[in-house]
Amino acid sequence: MQQSVKRELGPRSVTMKRRSFPLGTILMYAVLFGWSLTTIYALFWIVNNSFKVSREVMNNSFKLALDPVMVNYTNAFDRINIGKGYLNSLIMSGSTVLLVLLFGGLAAYVLSRFQFRGRKVIFSILYASLLIPAFATVVPVYELLIHWKLANTYGGLIFPQTAGNLTFAILVLAGYLSTIPKELEEAAFIDGCNRWTMFIKIFLPIGRPAFASASIFVFLWSYNDLFSALIFVSKENVRPIVLLLSEISSQYGTDFGLMATAVSLTVVPVLIIYLFIQKYIEKGLTEGAVKG
Amino acid sequence: MKGDRKYIFLFLLPAAVFMSIFLYYPFFKSMYLSFFRTSGFFSKTFVGFDNYARMFSDELLGAATLHTLELMLYVIVFQVGIALILAVLVDNVTWGKGFFRMVFFFPVVISGTAIALLFVLFYNFQFGLLNNILQNLGFDKILWLSESNALKAVAVPTVWHYVGFYFVLFLTAMSKIPADFYEAAKLEGITGVKKTFLLTIPLIMSDIKVVITLAITGTLKVFEFIFVLTRGQSGTEVLGTYMYKKALVDQNFGYGSTIAIYIVVFGVLLSLLANRLLKRDEITY
Repeated sequence: MQQSVKRELGPRSVTMKRRSFPLGTILMYAVLFGWSLTTIYALFWIVNNSFKVSREVMNNSFKLALDPVMVNYTNAFDRINIGKGYLNSLIMSGSTVLLVLLFGGLAAYVLSRFQFRGRKVIFSILYASLLIPAFATVVPVYELLIHWKLANTYGGLIFPQTAGNLTFAILVLAGYLSTIPKELEEAAFIDGCNRWTMFIKIFLPIGRPAFASASIFVFLWSYNDLFSALIFVSKENVRPIVLLLSEISSQYGTDFGLMATAVSLTVVPVLIIYLFIQKYIEKGLTEGAVKG
Repeated sequence: MKGDRKYIFLFLLPAAVFMSIFLYYPFFKSMYLSFFRTSGFFSKTFVGFDNYARMFSDELLGAATLHTLELMLYVIVFQVGIALILAVLVDNVTWGKGFFRMVFFFPVVISGTAIALLFVLFYNFQFGLLNNILQNLGFDKILWLSESNALKAVAVPTVWHYVGFYFVLFLTAMSKIPADFYEAAKLEGITGVKKTFLLTIPLIMSDIKVVITLAITGTLKVFEFIFVLTRGQSGTEVLGTYMYKKALVDQNFGYGSTIAIYIVVFGVLLSLLANRLLKRDEITY
């Protein structure tokens, strides 16, 4: 094998120069695997330590948890009620995603497929809205939520987050929906679709990759948004999992095992979902909208 | 199409209602509040530009601004830099592209709060991972979150968190460069590192510009890392945590809103500046 390769490369093959320098390739892979290690090992480290008692985490954090203990997990569910945190997060972030996709999808559909006066103005407003950080809206929103008795209810996080994520979702979805060929729309019209059924039957299914990637980012931003949670839904019965995490560091700052478990419990489900959806999105994005 | 006006109105309405109530109205209300001295929600007195005058003599705000700028420097140099290097490397290797894409993106998926908590375990003086390593190697323990180190220590998770995001943006941009560009370069004998600097990077300059703008506005929103790791102690107070303290801990809504408006203006100015400095002609293939 070695020999045949050598013979092929021979002294004549000047164009193959790059391949005859495997050192460069080795270095490139070394850097890439080095960085991969920072992400993979950090995750492994935290999950591994979640199966040890605190003392073990402190003294032997590199050792494999060969006889795993579940004490941190029972603590996480009994003492800090992490199950409830999960449920709250799921309800609030799930609702935010649904509202953003529905309202954002409808708006994006109109902005990408209809010609009307004021369309350009709306796009300019949307781009400008990207510059408004949560800091610049939090006080009046909090005031509104208290006034409407929505603070410390699920709606108290869902509504502001929906509004905050709509800009991004509309821009992404409108970009994708505008690439769908006009013939499809005309065909659907001849088949007797009105605008609403056209949205449901044509644009929603074809725009699936864009809807999928928008929903992932909206979910992540909502699920991970500590700032809004801290202010709008801080009571125990509604607080989401990020808020629990930040409280653990101040209240149980010495219980390393519990902290490792809380981080693992927050991170691992999201990571698993990401692994499944990632393929689907990339497939959808590369295949394009309509074939043939 | 007949009856389109009705649908345009109906379909835009829900998004418009949500955004008006929870985004635009609060934004303008914040501007309005920045001209008042408040205590709680109920009493407020108009003070004109007093809050803005106070802002310019507020040393803590000045410090927070400097800390934010320092953090921004680390983010632009390291986060964007590492992302670019990784993207160039992945673009040049043949095996494992999908793997690296997937793995580098992991931290982006994780919440900043969880990452901050992970780094609490790394930086802990007594039992943390880093001091563990130092002790095993026979060195003295280091106070990682001391006055002189804390901001750099906080910058590490901040940078690590989003490298993967910019990496994917760069990689996507590179994959759009037509193959014949590279073939032409190859005929001219331009390969390897030279190819990267003469071809790849100039061709994705507009994407680099976008990423730097994102990095700037992103740094202004940094909150979790500081809040969990140091609570703004030891010289790590940034604009976000300072605004939170003034507006929501001290319940000083008027001055808090002034700081919020300052953050917005600061962000817009910095983005404009970055765009001016990186001005390039758009390249279309």
